[in-house]
Amino acid sequence: MSEGISQPDQPVEREGRGKGDLFAKFDELIQMREGLLASGVEDPFNLVMEKVLSPTRAICNGRETILLGTYNYMGMTFDPDVIEAGKQALEEFGSGTTGSRVLNGTYQGHKECEDALKEFYGMDHAMVFSTGYQANLGIISTIAGKGDYVVLDIDSHASIYDGCAMGRAEIVPFRHNDIEALEKRLKRIPAEAGKLVVLEGVYSMLGDVAPLKEMVRISKEAGAMVLVDEAHSMGFIGEHGRGVAEDQGVLDDVDFVIGTFSKSVGTVGGFCVSNHPDFEIMRLVCRPYVFTASLPPSVVATAATSIRKLMHGSNKRAHLWENSKRLHGGLKDLGFQLGTDEPQSAIVAVIMPDLTRGAQMWEALLKEGLYVNLARPPATPANMTLLRCSLCAEHSEEEVSTILGMFERAGKAVGII
Amino acid sequence: MDRAEIDRRIRTLIEPFNKNGVTITDDTTFQGDLEFDSLTVMDFVAAIEDEFDIIISMNQQAEIETYGQLVDAVKKLVDAE
Repeated sequence: MSEGISQPDQPVEREGRGKGDLFAKFDELIQMREGLLASGVEDPFNLVMEKVLSPTRAICNGRETILLGTYNYMGMTFDPDVIEAGKQALEEFGSGTTGSRVLNGTYQGHKECEDALKEFYGMDHAMVFSTGYQANLGIISTIAGKGDYVVLDIDSHASIYDGCAMGRAEIVPFRHNDIEALEKRLKRIPAEAGKLVVLEGVYSMLGDVAPLKEMVRISKEAGAMVLVDEAHSMGFIGEHGRGVAEDQGVLDDVDFVIGTFSKSVGTVGGFCVSNHPDFEIMRLVCRPYVFTASLPPSVVATAATSIRKLMHGSNKRAHLWENSKRLHGGLKDLGFQLGTDEPQSAIVAVIMPDLTRGAQMWEALLKEGLYVNLARPPATPANMTLLRCSLCAEHSEEEVSTILGMFERAGKAVGII
Repeated sequence: MDRAEIDRRIRTLIEPFNKNGVTITDDTTFQGDLEFDSLTVMDFVAAIEDEFDIIISMNQQAEIETYGQLVDAVKKLVDAE
């Protein structure tokens, strides 16, 4: 019954596959991909950006394109202060650390980056990982071990599931954003067992927000620790941009906040912040932190500069909300089916009738000069095909109007509206 | 609760999920015969959990391939209560 098994009932053997070829398990996916490309559409998963002009513009497959699927919410990738900090670190500290954080890989810049995070969240401890994926993988697998229970939303990110699997904890999923389903499961877990509830502030597929206020309270009442992944809300949601937990007034009750530098912060890396008094021990026991090289000095320098600028980003936040509302309202008026009734984040998900027309629509938009994410099963909830749009604070009002015109023409051409 | 009673209750619960009206025996597989996808599995498992007031973790679900194995697993969990 596990969803981890995706082989068809009768495996379709590819012709010419040698006996013992372990790639046979991918045959169904290989055929689906070949079928899609045979219909003549550009490969949605093989786009190359030949030149990046700004946080919102690039040359993609030879065309100038508006970027509407990059998670570059706050447009920090070309911020002059951020770039200058990166250049300076590159010159003064070199191109890489060639080492683990616990050996030779902790530079001044890594400490400064962790200090910026502590200040940003108002928390006692911060730990920087090499990616956001590794932050979830590392923290969840280390704190929830065999015999412990991880209660999570069924739509949780792959890094959360992988962290559970690596730690060998018992995984107990509940229906997406269903408070009652979470409560029932918490009550059924043996009282003496260790419990971790894992939630996300914004779920990236539909762009909807979790009812953290109720869920965090219920979890604490059940004696569980709470981890919230705020990857898609940092810098944008909440008074100080600390995320959905801040916005709903429950940040003080959250034990661990996981985040990433690859969205609002505009570079790469991941982190965990916490007020747990013994949090620093994680640096010695967390394998995805210990057994990998640390981030390059230029990356942590750009991250630290960007995080500090995001503390004062309230004007940009307000403009991003305006963009999100304008795009959401405009697409709704055009007759597209959207992931949420109201805009809840900087993600607007447009629901496609099926993968074929989703891919056609994606290609039609690309030819119009617009890049969005094509999201397809099994990464999507309820096997939906989605065109996922993520807005940027650097999109102008006119650009959003241009985008709506592109959607209208493409939608009519493909026959979706 | 004896195995026959658990079997009877699960047979009632599975009806709305058995869209093709497959005849269910202990050897019926969820993925192959019943063509359950991950969402159907989640809803079906939730129905069983609510009926018997138990938790079937994803780790336990991964070990269950047939209807008979499910009834045995639920019996074990109910007995352990």
